[in-house]
Amino acid sequence: MDFAAFLDQAWASRNLILAGLGRTILISAIAIFFGTILGVAIGVLLTYGNIVVRFVIRIYTDFLRGTPVFVLILACFYILSVAGVDLTPFQAGTFALALFCSSHVGEIVRGALKAIPVGQTEAARSIGLTFPQIFRYVLMPQAMRQILPTWVNTATEIVKASTLLSIIGVVELLLTIQQIISRTYMTLEFYFLAGILYFIVDFAIERAGRYFERRVAIPD
Amino acid sequence: MTEPLLRIENLHKTFGKLEVLKGIDMTMERGDVTSIIGSSGSGKTTLLRCINLLEDYQDGVVAIDGDQIGYRTQNGRRVRRPERQIAAQRAMTGMAFQHFNLFPHLTASRNIMLGLVKVRKMPAAEAKEIAAHWLTRVGLGDRGDAYPGQLSGGQQQRVAIARAVAMAPKLMLFDEVTSALDPELVNEVLNVITDLARDGMTMLLVTHEMKFAHDVSSKVVFMHQGRIAEAGPPAEVLRNPKSARLAEFLKGAKF
Amino acid sequence: MDYNFNFAAVWRDFDLLLSGLALGLALAMVSIAIGCVIGLLAAFGMISRRRLLRTVSSVYVTTIRNTPILIIILFTFFALPQLGVRLGKIESFVLSLSVYAGAYLTEVFRAGLVALPPGLREAGLSIGLTEFQAKRYVTIPVMWRNVLPSLSNNFISLFKDTSLAAAIAVPELTFYARKINVETFRVIETWMVASLMYVITCYVLAEILRRVEHRLAIPR
Repeated sequence: MDFAAFLDQAWASRNLILAGLGRTILISAIAIFFGTILGVAIGVLLTYGNIVVRFVIRIYTDFLRGTPVFVLILACFYILSVAGVDLTPFQAGTFALALFCSSHVGEIVRGALKAIPVGQTEAARSIGLTFPQIFRYVLMPQAMRQILPTWVNTATEIVKASTLLSIIGVVELLLTIQQIISRTYMTLEFYFLAGILYFIVDFAIERAGRYFERRVAIPD
Repeated sequence: MTEPLLRIENLHKTFGKLEVLKGIDMTMERGDVTSIIGSSGSGKTTLLRCINLLEDYQDGVVAIDGDQIGYRTQNGRRVRRPERQIAAQRAMTGMAFQHFNLFPHLTASRNIMLGLVKVRKMPAAEAKEIAAHWLTRVGLGDRGDAYPGQLSGGQQQRVAIARAVAMAPKLMLFDEVTSALDPELVNEVLNVITDLARDGMTMLLVTHEMKFAHDVSSKVVFMHQGRIAEAGPPAEVLRNPKSARLAEFLKGAKF
Repeated sequence: MDYNFNFAAVWRDFDLLLSGLALGLALAMVSIAIGCVIGLLAAFGMISRRRLLRTVSSVYVTTIRNTPILIIILFTFFALPQLGVRLGKIESFVLSLSVYAGAYLTEVFRAGLVALPPGLREAGLSIGLTEFQAKRYVTIPVMWRNVLPSLSNNFISLFKDTSLAAAIAVPELTFYARKINVETFRVIETWMVASLMYVITCYVLAEILRRVEHRLAIPR
């Protein structure tokens, strides 16, 4: 194993690697963003929807949570093209990740809303707030703080799951690395590098999450 | 004859098959301080919650200043009012809860401001002044920036009372506000309520503090199994119970 | 969308899908068994008084938990031979999944051990058990029952992760689904059936494990 040769190769491929890393971050950011919006809606409907709405949404989330992400990605990739929705692998894969994210966020949001004592809603009602106001000023601020650590965890899961897009041909970080490996045959070294890069991204997300948690923490 | 501030007629409330209120009639005039006493399960807390419409009621009338709370009669039928109207009606009464129910993510001052700004549509600066005024009244003028978690139980309850009275309700409801407090913190809360009563605020209290009920109320109501069993001036009801049941209930109470 | 549903092609190869499902379950079971051993050792390492053991355990857990599982799988299969370790597809995958599971289970066991009252071990020692016996007969059995629910969740998620074995051509459910998809072009049918098989299996597993937990729970 020639470490100097590896460094040479890595340096020569730095632009490719950075582009792959950028794409990984872009995929994750889009999936997390839309997945979170959809997930909050799901969580709210699971908590406050009528029985029909709850039933339908429950099936949706249980189905998504029971299916492996990889299968979800393959299914979105193959099915959407047959269904006449013309998506690039990038779009289909990111869509699948967003769905995956939404089912997890939905469950987290539901749990957090359920955990708020009923007295909070009663006190808010007793001063005359309407339900939308109660949700916005009393329930959501409390739920959000509780969700934050788990949500950050979900975000890191999405980043890791984005590697699966390499299998449908999206040139994100992992596929970039594999392409470099097929040229240089430095399998061990470059997989190691990939591992380190993912570690750094996840670590950064976790740190940012902790920082943000401290910022919004309620003093007691 | 003018309309009383609170008029309850033939109020019925059931939870499934269980009938909790079996026809309650009572009225309160402006400035009245009425204490409801009774054992647990007598329906006293439910009665209070019906007045604020935290519980629906199945039959009868609850009216504040002549407005029926939560329902109106249309072509002889009882129709639930839209949520928006109900929210506005709830703001006519203030409620203090056994477990305070302060909003943990807001400071004491912001707890009080929320209703003023969002329901009364008051500018924030004005709401802040009112919050400061009421916090001073309950003896917490310097704790406006504290979060509920940083306050003692007695202090939290005083903020919760300030939050309710700051809305300038026509009627204040107190639901066993001292039951969740350590004994040494009870008096600071009772003093605040006594102070408000002296101001002429109309108040309806559910309480286990017999001495307090005796000293502060203009009327005491004894509830038993979903009905009003005895009612009258505190000296009469508490000192000369007519029924054996009330006598039994009062046994050992000091006032 | 004009798509004529035709499940015949999928049914024809349904036995393949079933054999894939069975392999996936077997892979998950073997991996969680090995993972439990690794996790238990690393958990004792985490709470050990010896600093070296603590460091080694926590480096292992942090590294694996922040590395995408696909990279672990590819690394084991493609990069380890470079170090002279040559494994078959299945062995390689089991190794990956076990090491991966071990890191997550370490956290589960550590939390379980920390939550035990200290008096438990002391009581064991006071009746003359050795440190090892106190662990073997007192601490581990009590901890074990407390962590069963997390263990169940981990097992279900490991089962879903076996779908990734398809990436190194291990013939499990996802592998066959892709094969049928490519060979028959019954895209929607294939993925519907495959994901339903995952969803139902997860559901049944959850139900069985819940009953097992119930049976094994310490009466109180």
